Amino acid sequence: MSNQSQKSITLTPSPSLMMRRKLANTLMFGGASLATFIAVVPLLLVLYYITVRGFSALNANFFLHAQKPPDDVTGGMKHAILGTLMIIGIASCLGLPCGVLGGIYLSEFGKNRFGAAVRFAADVLNGIPSIVIGIFIYAVAILPLKNPHFSAWAGGLALGVMMFPTIMRTTEEILKLVPISLREGALALGDTHWHSILKVVLSTARGGVITGILLAIARISGETAPLLFTALGNSGVNLNPNRPTASLPKAIYDFATNPSDYWHLLAWGGSLVLVAMILVLSIAARYFTANRLGESN
Amino acid sequence: MTASSHFPSYSEGKTNSVAASPLSSLKIEARELSLFYGKKQALKDINAQIMENSITALIGPSGCGKSTFLRCLNRMNDLIESVKISGTVLLEGQDIYAKNVDVVRLRQRVGMVFQKPNPFPMSIFDNIAYGPRLLGVKNKTDLSNLVENTLQDSALWGEVKDDLKKSALSLSGGQQQRLCIARALAVKPDVVLMDEPCSALDPISTLKIEELMRELRDKYTIVIVTHNMQQAARVSDTTGFFLLGELIEIDASSKIFTDPSDKKTEDYITGRFG
Repeated sequence: MSNQSQKSITLTPSPSLMMRRKLANTLMFGGASLATFIAVVPLLLVLYYITVRGFSALNANFFLHAQKPPDDVTGGMKHAILGTLMIIGIASCLGLPCGVLGGIYLSEFGKNRFGAAVRFAADVLNGIPSIVIGIFIYAVAILPLKNPHFSAWAGGLALGVMMFPTIMRTTEEILKLVPISLREGALALGDTHWHSILKVVLSTARGGVITGILLAIARISGETAPLLFTALGNSGVNLNPNRPTASLPKAIYDFATNPSDYWHLLAWGGSLVLVAMILVLSIAARYFTANRLGESN
Repeated sequence: MTASSHFPSYSEGKTNSVAASPLSSLKIEARELSLFYGKKQALKDINAQIMENSITALIGPSGCGKSTFLRCLNRMNDLIESVKISGTVLLEGQDIYAKNVDVVRLRQRVGMVFQKPNPFPMSIFDNIAYGPRLLGVKNKTDLSNLVENTLQDSALWGEVKDDLKKSALSLSGGQQQRLCIARALAVKPDVVLMDEPCSALDPISTLKIEELMRELRDKYTIVIVTHNMQQAARVSDTTGFFLLGELIEIDASSKIFTDPSDKKTEDYITGRFG
């Protein structure tokens, strides 16, 4: 019988083995906790430092006035805040429809070579350094102009190009999570493919798609490099997208590298506003992720 | 020994088998229907007739092709790539695989209920109204009348009439499945296909759906795939037995469950294999 051969095997571990296993368990758990802590510390320090340094800059002048001479303490960042909002708006108008529709295509119709190629291209585009995108837009959208000039259009175009592969891929992945039974349910009622995607698939995945969009916006809103050759910057408030336009990250850079103490303060304030914007977007994204399968209604 | 002793209760009150109701006419007919997934043949020369206003049960072990056959009847298999179909399926004498057939229209005539309840993540009202809206019903009063009538036909009205605005996902599994039946009925189909509609439900919910099916038989032609042979015996007029892609036998349920013509059918329903 097989029992006889098993008799020789002791299943009672020696105390030293038990000790070693417990020790390994404790060590690894401790190591993982420590690594997590180390990862969180810089984040907390950055948030703390920016808040402490930047909070005192946030007053009416900061929001209501544009840049003034370095020693004028009534100067503010209105130009940069409005500029950033305008550039992000332009970028979203380009990146959002392209990204969402592209994601729908990849998820619903993209099981072919063309889809695979687009997917691959999007992943590559996602990994291209942002300054390269800036130079690219400079070369294709500014230099060929009759009268080459920097503009919010070009800045928005650069950021839009950065947004759309991110949105496309997150939309695709989230739509793939919608159970096939829901799609079949709609088709079995005599729905057309496109209408069922619109009404059932997209509405089921709504939260996830919105999350992807918000994260893409959060990601581009802090980009500086692509704006250097495109929107450039502007010391005043500019609402004409055809002209050079200020942006928060670029203004922070300009202010921080100037000797003026007041401009340093403005730079801290600008940083705080930028981080707060991204934080709000991320929190909104988390909220929508939690309701990803649309049970909120 | 015949199979009848295993199903002592089925035959009571079962006078409406195919043989006993000569008035009903032919609704669906499959001729020489074969289906391939790539190179694998899933259906082999199926010949079957399904009568109007009857309940036809399809039984057989897993992977025998009964669900595949069911999905041929409203062309749901079109969605799967690599599927090749030969032979014909006639709905009231018309080939549903003919070139000029509008699949969307076909699926409105041949509704489907799936194995797992699949309510859309929207309100109960919007779930029922989904199909009618596709057909262009926009008027609010028309829609709410339609929703109410459909829910009453599906015996769900009493349970949900105060919660029509609530998410369909908040219903219990059994209610969700009855909602899905109601949703399919809302477009007034001729035929309702049910793919193991009770396999995810508890016995009480199952019973309710079986009762519902019996009530629906007067208005609809029902084809149901089930793993539950008692269920087939309880509710169906006709039963077809599938094995390895072949339709071994299709006949009045009273005959299939007492005196099947084929030895394989008898072996299956008496539990000797499968």
